[in-house]
Amino acid sequence: MNARQRGDRRTALLYVSPALLALGCLTVYPGLWVLWLSLQHRIPIFDVDRFAGLSHYLFLAQDPRFWNAGRVTLVFAAVSVGLELGLGLLTALALRGQRAGRRLALALLLLAWALPAVVTARIFEWLYHPSAGLVNLLLGGRTINWLGDPALALPALILADVWRTMPFVALLCYARLLGIPPELYEAAQVDGAGRTAMFTRITLPLLRRILLIVLLFRTLDALRAFDLMFVLTGGGPAGSTETLTVYAYRSLFQTLQLGFGSAISVVVFALVMLVAWSYLRLLRRQRLGA
Amino acid sequence: MSRQRAGGGRHLADAAILLALAAYAIPFFWQLLSSFKVDADLLHGQLVPARLTLAHYRVVVEQSPVPRALVNSLVVALLTTGLALGFGGLAAYALARLPVPGRSALLLGVIAGTAFPQIATVSPLYLLMRALGLRDTWLALVLADTSFALPLVIWLLAGFIAEIPEELEQAAALDGAGRLQVLRWVVLPLMAPGAASAALLTFLFSWNEFLFAYTFTASEPARTVPVALALFPGVFEVPWGDIAAASILASLPPVVIIVVFQRLLVRGLLAGAIRE
Repeated sequence: MNARQRGDRRTALLYVSPALLALGCLTVYPGLWVLWLSLQHRIPIFDVDRFAGLSHYLFLAQDPRFWNAGRVTLVFAAVSVGLELGLGLLTALALRGQRAGRRLALALLLLAWALPAVVTARIFEWLYHPSAGLVNLLLGGRTINWLGDPALALPALILADVWRTMPFVALLCYARLLGIPPELYEAAQVDGAGRTAMFTRITLPLLRRILLIVLLFRTLDALRAFDLMFVLTGGGPAGSTETLTVYAYRSLFQTLQLGFGSAISVVVFALVMLVAWSYLRLLRRQRLGA
Repeated sequence: MSRQRAGGGRHLADAAILLALAAYAIPFFWQLLSSFKVDADLLHGQLVPARLTLAHYRVVVEQSPVPRALVNSLVVALLTTGLALGFGGLAAYALARLPVPGRSALLLGVIAGTAFPQIATVSPLYLLMRALGLRDTWLALVLADTSFALPLVIWLLAGFIAEIPEELEQAAALDGAGRLQVLRWVVLPLMAPGAASAALLTFLFSWNEFLFAYTFTASEPARTVPVALALFPGVFEVPWGDIAAASILASLPPVVIIVVFQRLLVRGLLAGAIRE
């Protein structure tokens, strides 16, 4: 190693150190600390602070509220991501031929995505108002209590989430569609391919990769989602919209059980990492197969 | 395909799609309209109001914690953006151009970092902020938001820097420019559009962020807009009109970004998605 290389190495370390320091102190260290916390009984207001071992996890294993939250989380993630992917793909296909007013079209589309989730929660709370909300007005003046009925609250929440995140899916699919050379379709047309054949043989295969990427991002976001349900329904009524993140938050900061709440956080953490890891495996297998 | 479909039919289709997208945005426009309605019209479900009022905005601006929260949000989002771009830019340059020890492990860590759930670190960060005496301060939010935004910023900027032809830097180095000079006069101008994309995404994340802001603040002098909106005071009845006005004010920066800086934002979003 000559002097220049040594100098470069030193410069490299110097340049990465502020970011590494920030990530180390504020992400990695708390990420390890939460594992440790989840093994403690820690309730600051009662001065409780002792080692608990795996007892929180053992409790969770037979905690009906935990299993309910897990079920709500999975239903929420599966249904909203499924709807977002379908609607997003349709929107992208519709937008593809747009010539005039593309900028306006994208602004209208991205509006729902760019708003703070808390604003979305407030918007939908008002839309769902039993006597004066737009949804009931459009249904001819009915007085359905969307957010107060345990059977309706989760679908209502999912609808708000789909509204908010479908634009992201649509944008990524739209960008990919614009990248497909028109010559491909012209050649297929010459060969006598119909519209359906062109869609299933050209468009879909070329979209597959971006759809997989979007599927991953959206699944991770849906599993981590918190703001929307916390503000819109607070997990209610009767726990029908209480996700793992909401259960974790309430245990941590409303009943102030820092150890127990951390154990639920760790479960969310593990779930997210498991999804990311299986996706990476899937993607690698696809690339080897291709 | 659609390329060949000529003239009137295309215009009609374009208009239909714009109309459908406008319909999609109705929840927002309904909130906008509600913010100008008088209370009687709001509660009687009047679709088209007889008259409009600025009363809700007056209440929000003069009597609610929202104006203070807007200032807090702006300061936190700007400081977060500056810090994340400064730290992230240096790290990205090193990862793209310099022999960083353990480079591939670091890149993997950066990607994993973008998947990190906030709820996983909120409890230790709360204890950390309390121990450092940072509860209820801007700094707590800036630090937490920055660390959370850094992985994506590093990833985006490293990609943008890698696109810059390295010959330009080598030429400048041959002319006797040092590392920092090359960074300042060659790399920085060329990566400006990429940096702007990353800055917009970071600003938007920080402006919209709720969980950290809700947990680390306890009083109005530090609360950000999403927190103020979530806790919007109502004594006996929910003040729907005031809440509508407050949510429109909270939406202004995101709306400006998608209208004025749309191209940069979309570029950043697309670049962020093509990470493997």
